[in-house]
Amino acid sequence: MSSSSYTISRSSRASRLAAIFGILLLVALAAAPWWAGRADMRLLSEIFLYLSLACLWNLLAGYAGLVSVGQQAFVGFGGYMLFALAMFAGLSPLAAIPLAGLLGALIAVPVAVLIFRLRGAYFAIGTWVIAEVFRLSFAQVSALGGGSGTSLPVGIVKAMASNRSMREATTYWLALGMAVLVLVVIYLLLRSRNGLALTAIRDSELASTNYGIDIWRHKFVVYVIAAGLTASTGALIFLQKLRISPDAAFSVNDWTAFVIFIVVIGGIGTLEGPIIGVIVFFLLRETLADLGTTYLLILGLVAIVVMLKAPKGIWGLIKARYGIELFPLSRRVVDRDLEN
Amino acid sequence: MPDALLATRELDAFYGDFQALFGVEIAIEPGEVIAIIGANGAGKTTLMRSITGLLNNSPEMVTYRGHEIGSLRADLIARRGIAMVPEGRQLFQSLSVEENLIIGGQMGRKGPWTLERIFELFPVLKERRAVPATALSGGQQQMVAIGRALMSNPDLLLFDEISLGLAPIIIKSIYDALPNIIGDGMSTIIVEQDIAKALSVATRVYCMQEGRISLEGRSDALSREQISAAYFGV
Amino acid sequence: MDWINAIIQGILLGGLYALFAAGLSLIFGVMRLVNIAHGDFIVLAAFLALSTTTLLGINPLMALVIIVPVMAGIGYVLQRSVLNQTLGDDILPPLLVTFGLSIIIQNALLEIYSADPQKMNAGPIETASIAVPGGLNIGVLPLLMFVVAVAVIAGLQWIFYRSALGRAFRAVSDKQDIAQLIGLNKAHVFGLAMALSLAVVGIAGVFLGIRTSFDPSIGPGRLIFGFEAVIIGGLGNLWGTLIGGIILGVSQNIGAQINPGWQLLAGHIAFLIVLAVKPRGLFPRID
Ligand SMILES: Nc1ncnc2c1ncn2[C@@H]1O[C@H](COP(=O)(O)OP(=O)(O)OP(=O)(O)O)[C@@H](O)[C@H]1O
Ligand SMILES: [Mg+2]
Repeated sequence: MSSSSYTISRSSRASRLAAIFGILLLVALAAAPWWAGRADMRLLSEIFLYLSLACLWNLLAGYAGLVSVGQQAFVGFGGYMLFALAMFAGLSPLAAIPLAGLLGALIAVPVAVLIFRLRGAYFAIGTWVIAEVFRLSFAQVSALGGGSGTSLPVGIVKAMASNRSMREATTYWLALGMAVLVLVVIYLLLRSRNGLALTAIRDSELASTNYGIDIWRHKFVVYVIAAGLTASTGALIFLQKLRISPDAAFSVNDWTAFVIFIVVIGGIGTLEGPIIGVIVFFLLRETLADLGTTYLLILGLVAIVVMLKAPKGIWGLIKARYGIELFPLSRRVVDRDLEN
Repeated sequence: MPDALLATRELDAFYGDFQALFGVEIAIEPGEVIAIIGANGAGKTTLMRSITGLLNNSPEMVTYRGHEIGSLRADLIARRGIAMVPEGRQLFQSLSVEENLIIGGQMGRKGPWTLERIFELFPVLKERRAVPATALSGGQQQMVAIGRALMSNPDLLLFDEISLGLAPIIIKSIYDALPNIIGDGMSTIIVEQDIAKALSVATRVYCMQEGRISLEGRSDALSREQISAAYFGV
Repeated sequence: MDWINAIIQGILLGGLYALFAAGLSLIFGVMRLVNIAHGDFIVLAAFLALSTTTLLGINPLMALVIIVPVMAGIGYVLQRSVLNQTLGDDILPPLLVTFGLSIIIQNALLEIYSADPQKMNAGPIETASIAVPGGLNIGVLPLLMFVVAVAVIAGLQWIFYRSALGRAFRAVSDKQDIAQLIGLNKAHVFGLAMALSLAVVGIAGVFLGIRTSFDPSIGPGRLIFGFEAVIIGGLGNLWGTLIGGIILGVSQNIGAQINPGWQLLAGHIAFLIVLAVKPRGLFPRID
């Protein structure tokens, strides 16, 4: 057996199976407007949007060591930008979504410069302050309804598509597309040199108090990208809701607490985690939501128990037990003779 | 050795998957002074950490006064009368010189050592009692570290490389003070790389090499050749 | 005149914010833990005080005698049973566990007390005021709270830098291993630190409940005020924290004077300005 029969490979049989299954699933989901009911499509859209938020939060906290409890700042900002661009600039919502993302990334630049001065847990609370500033500021804008918010004018909604089912299919596809886009961007980002650097940083100095300019830049890039994509997702969320208000747009429960729950349950710092987490979260929600506050109590308890007893989440348990990886990120030495 | 104050038995120690000690057996009798010598990385500090409870082992691997303490928490072991002057001094940087000494005595164990006696032993510390401990010179910091350990009035005192990084003249003055410290019949384990210094104070010597005891015997009975063979390997 | 009044009220309010901040600052100093549920504990203390006063028919200020030790006990047990397990090199576990706690406390309070705003009545002292030269009136209660806040900060300062407990706090904070070697049980020391933190939270919660109306959802806001006071004043400096609280209170009141909608915004902006200009706070501890 010569040494040339060994190769460095990222993929494994599990990851290739997962890729095939993923593509089939994607095709089936894309065809949902032809087989799913209206309520199912709404639920699926919501799942996709939460998946996208969860993946982005996981990118920040699980890979870049930037634990934010203020991502609702960008969800709400994106939502408000969609409304503003559509209402005042006459843009079609479809064009406003990417633009809202761009603006979200732009506003993230000064925000990052400011709050990157805080470390660790203090960074987390700093992000929360930013979200509060956004909420209070938008509440002052009377053209957007001030504190009580506003609805997307019917004309704008109608102009999106000729009839209601077409419109619903469009927002559904947008949500699906958003989730796929986020997954692809994060996957590519983590495979890039930036991503490798991030993993190295995470593993070595999560608790460090001072980081050099290189690390700062890596984190900055990730933060801005995550903010842009979060804002786009926020725009989509409020395009579906058709109504926006400061409290709904910048809700820490809806856009951060649930998202953290999803990532923690699924497995933080893995790409698979948020996918598992979002499924578990919606299963729990669909079965327990009637309980109201008790449901939230249970979520909090489950999150604490998981964090204490299984800090790598459900996917961590699966991975430790079966050693599989659906998104091939880690490189493995493969003996070609054995593989063939 | 049935009447040993402290003994280790088949002591293995690990850092994660890395095994640092292999079946180490040492014993010290009440009032005895022993030395442990060995090259860098031989496992001396690891042995000290195992005895003091900073590394956890199986209960039976370390016995003290007939009790198994191998898995006891470090603070509980300290309460039983084992103190250590750690490698690299490790003073509390937020505490003044005096506070470092006082906190050493916070368990309230009775015995000969008081703040006054420490200041008699190292008068320079009295002058500088109010400054932050880390504002002292290396040698003075070593005095604080020794004083902090003494303040708990231990029955067994461990010194981990007290001469490390100090000028020869300072080392000499600290070793000159040593008889005053261990004179009152305190059992002492001295970890040293400086073989001559170790042999001058200890009655028995253990030599460590790559996590194992490679030689043991009375200081006056061991030859230079034996020691260097055990120290450096052959 | 309105302006001077707003500033004086802001200063007095700053004392309350310093109380929010002191407990946060203390546990960060001892174990590098940031308790995201800190604000919710303040609200919990307010509700416990509310129940105590209605149950026993006593003045809420008297309820302090019960609330402070109860909160300290909760802090100790919480630290020993849950939070100690989260401490380590990774900042995620303590952050996420206290975030989970925050959600649990909020929803438990919601379940028990409903979302209706509550307020405690401290009796005639609430309307008493002292006339000062210049035709201003200073309320006795806000003044009393300010004085207590200053006393609490002074007390914490004394504990931290002069007492045996404070020595233990600093030693464990410096070097956990070595502190164990001299017989300090770090789990216990951390428990005591959290107990002290929540004891201060108890005072803050009772004062909050007398001063303003409160409901289960306002905890995170109090956490943010406390956090801003800590950062403005400079990490690890308790007197700085008092000044941070005062700056925050004054900014909020000046903002409200300009436009009622700007009260909170003005406080946040003052914080962001300090963060931009002096990221280590106005009075960072030199170490
Ligand atoms: N925290 C640690 N993690 C992993 N390995 C360690 C750790 N501390 C020590 N080791 C390893 O354990 C072995 C023994 O180390 P130890 O510190 O006990 O040696 P030593 O005899 O005290 O050396 P020195 O004279 O340099 O102080 C070494 O190979 C060292 O690399
Ligand atoms: Mg050593």
